Amino acid sequence: MLFVYSLFAIGLLALIFGLILGYAAVRFKVEADPLVDQIDKLLPQTQCGQCGYPGCKPYAEAIANGDDINKCPPGGEATVKNLADLMGVDPKPLDDSHAQEPIKKVAFIREDECIGCTKCIVACPVDAILGAAKHMHTVISDECTGCDLCVDPCPVDCIEMRPVEATAQSWRWDLNSIPVKQVS
Amino acid sequence: MESLLNRIKNQRWWDFPGGVHPPSRKDISNQGSIDNIALPELLHVSVKQHIGSEGKIKVEVGQRVLKGEALTHSANPFSVPVHAPTSGTIEAIDVHPSAHPSALPEMAVHIKPDGLGQWIDLKPMQDYQQQNKSKVVEAICKAGISGMGGAGFPTHIKVSPKKDVQFLIINGIECEPYITSDDRLMREYAWQIRQGIDVLQYLLNPKQVLIGIEDNKPEAAEAMRVACRDNEQYQICVVPTKYPAGGEKQLIQTLTGQEVPQNGLPVDIGVIMQNVGTCYAIADAIFSGKPLIQRVVTLTGEQFDAPQNVWAPIGTPISHLLAHAGYQPASTERLIMGGPMMGFALANDHIPVVKTTNCILAPSLSEMPLPPQKQACIRCSACADACPASLLPQQLLWYAKADDHEKAQEYNLFDCIECGACAYVCPSDIPLVHYYRTAKADIRSAQQEKIQADKARERFEARKARLERDQIEREEKHRQAAEARKQAMQADGSDAKAKIAAALARAKAKKAPSEDTSQTADEADNKKQQVADAIARAKAKRAAKQSDATIDKAQDGVSGDELSNADNATKPADAAPADVKKQQVAEAIARAKAKRTAKLAEESASESSEEESTPIAADSAQDDKKQQVAAAIARAKAKREAKLAEQQSAANDKAADNQQTDAEPAGASSADNSEPEYQQKKQRVAAAIAKAKAKKAAQQRAEKPQDGSESEAISEPEATSESLSSETDTPENEQQTAQDKKQRIAAAVAKAKARQQAKKDAQEDNS
Repeated sequence: MLFVYSLFAIGLLALIFGLILGYAAVRFKVEADPLVDQIDKLLPQTQCGQCGYPGCKPYAEAIANGDDINKCPPGGEATVKNLADLMGVDPKPLDDSHAQEPIKKVAFIREDECIGCTKCIVACPVDAILGAAKHMHTVISDECTGCDLCVDPCPVDCIEMRPVEATAQSWRWDLNSIPVKQVS
Repeated sequence: MESLLNRIKNQRWWDFPGGVHPPSRKDISNQGSIDNIALPELLHVSVKQHIGSEGKIKVEVGQRVLKGEALTHSANPFSVPVHAPTSGTIEAIDVHPSAHPSALPEMAVHIKPDGLGQWIDLKPMQDYQQQNKSKVVEAICKAGISGMGGAGFPTHIKVSPKKDVQFLIINGIECEPYITSDDRLMREYAWQIRQGIDVLQYLLNPKQVLIGIEDNKPEAAEAMRVACRDNEQYQICVVPTKYPAGGEKQLIQTLTGQEVPQNGLPVDIGVIMQNVGTCYAIADAIFSGKPLIQRVVTLTGEQFDAPQNVWAPIGTPISHLLAHAGYQPASTERLIMGGPMMGFALANDHIPVVKTTNCILAPSLSEMPLPPQKQACIRCSACADACPASLLPQQLLWYAKADDHEKAQEYNLFDCIECGACAYVCPSDIPLVHYYRTAKADIRSAQQEKIQADKARERFEARKARLERDQIEREEKHRQAAEARKQAMQADGSDAKAKIAAALARAKAKKAPSEDTSQTADEADNKKQQVADAIARAKAKRAAKQSDATIDKAQDGVSGDELSNADNATKPADAAPADVKKQQVAEAIARAKAKRTAKLAEESASESSEEESTPIAADSAQDDKKQQVAAAIARAKAKREAKLAEQQSAANDKAADNQQTDAEPAGASSADNSEPEYQQKKQRVAAAIAKAKAKKAAQQRAEKPQDGSESEAISEPEATSESLSSETDTPENEQQTAQDKKQRIAAAVAKAKARQQAKKDAQEDNS
């Protein structure tokens, strides 16, 4: 009889705990970011296509499917490192076939040469070029990611990439200004 | 609360952790009164001298400005204007090295003083207590007052807080060594500072006003005590000397025992702090209407013959101040703006005085030796003991060096006030603060990049969504158009059925007249009407089809044939008038012609199936073909031209480059080169056009094959229309149908061949 009681008691406890656990699993469900979104968040979002994919999201998907993490030149070593942390792999140096880490640039349209063909507007992945057919175009430099994609379609080659000028706000204290002396 | 006030009344202060006691060396410069200096030859008034956004310049080059005239204006609440420090003319509006460690050029207004010092109309506000508070705040904003203690936070924002204020703290601590500008100001202008405090008291209505002064400035404390003795709410708080007691958070902790929360502002715990210099400027602005156009600057250090404090107009180049105080350049020239602990080395002496410049320090090598070679951290933790913010400087150094931003932030890097106490005590002479500043800048720029990346992602996704939407809309439109066409075609089919019925009826009627002649008249009338109807229908149809796309034309021909076949059926029984007959004849001729041309086209297609063009079995197809051939020729020509042009332009470019390089050095010497320059421009324009053409040609080449296949794909419905219309065939015109069929088969074969050819072409093009 005791055996039955104990079985019953344990069974009851198991049922109660099961219900609690089941409820907790539903009630406190942690919405984890899908891996692709997490990777996408680490990428610099220049949408430049230098990785060989048409934008950052497609590259994120490719990484999630096992592509190399070192194909993003705008992100540089920092992005590779972050991606390595996320994916649990060893960080690799940037792929040689993918150009060296460039300095930050934005597109600039030489406006008196622009013929208003709208080709660059179509090419811009982030809609950072303003203009209309037969009207001069210009780049919203704050929105430009420096992806380079508008340079090629221009029929009169009036777009150039200009490095972003440092301002006092973006200026970085330079540690090299600390004198370093060789002690024999 | 009461005990807190009691404790304050009894002058029992709290203490903040850490802190250091560097030699104060204030007696070098605090002996004489604040001197007035001669105006410099040129004033460089930086447009941005405070935290926040800069205003728009509202003056022009060559304009004469009066003393105190605003040079900028802005609707942004985080912006204060700058003013002309004296009357004069504006020489230029240009970039000038800024008073920033980077000395990066920033926009400045260059004013040449005329020496008259002619003021604008000053509008004092003596009766400020009768005025609306917002009016007083506006006056403070318009006077261009921003915090003069060092950070340069716009004062008008600080004096209009959203929360209740318990304590207004007036910061006269001036804890940094060497600097004596606040000290001298309190000694000489205590009454005016008191007036400024009155204004702040009116605006903020605090429970208590605490005026903090270090105990190494007894004269200043005495002067302030005298100035403030008639108001019980004002209390002079003489606190023990310890660096950095003058830091905002440290002083609040010292005077009230409360700590400002992380990422919070002093007003969160009911405290507002203002510098004594700011109070003086507020008094100036309210009681005499003068904007902030000058400030006290300490010129000190052993390299000065006459270290002193001076009233320096904002925008005075440092070199002018150096000359005034008899600066002797040392072998290792070092000029520091600010104090020895928190100041920064000036890149050159053209940098102007700004609203936050409190000191120019020119130390000799003996009083401030060059920083020795840094050594490895020995983990002595002296820095942790000295840190007034209770941070762990060695850990921060560790993470800053390793670029581990996350960890550095975990160790509260952003609570570092960059006071330099840790570097001061470091036995290994590690410039810790430099590392922190670098790490902070890196983290900020990383955050900025993150924000930009998020924005870019949003824009990218929005664009993608838009493109997808457009695509779906376009497809929907195409689908609807196709449906409309199909419906139109089905309507034709039923039409044809009706015609068959009519034809059958007519055939029956034809048999009938031999039996019944009385009916013929009616019958003839009926027939006439039917014929007329048929013609009208045919005409209407043709008109409708013609308005359709060109591909439909071929179809039109076919169904037109069918229609006339149906007409043919009516012919034998026809007793219609002559003009109808004439028309029919004309139509028949036209049909025959169309057929012949179609046949010809077929033949030529079967003969020359290797030809590039795509023959379609209809007269319109030949037109198409012609057009296509013409287009191909045009393209080829364009291509050739473009190639030529490109070669030429390449040559031209080279020549132009050569010319340019040749012309440029020569251009300075001779004016003859102006014409070649113009020609060059022309050439460049021509080259650009040629390039555009070449690019277009290349693109067309890539696009055309696709176009061809597309048009063919669209022309496929023809077959269905044919099969549909074949239902109309009646035994009477079986022969014709057979012929038609033959034609159609031939046409289909030709089309297939053409398509193959096009595909081949496309492949070739792609490869």
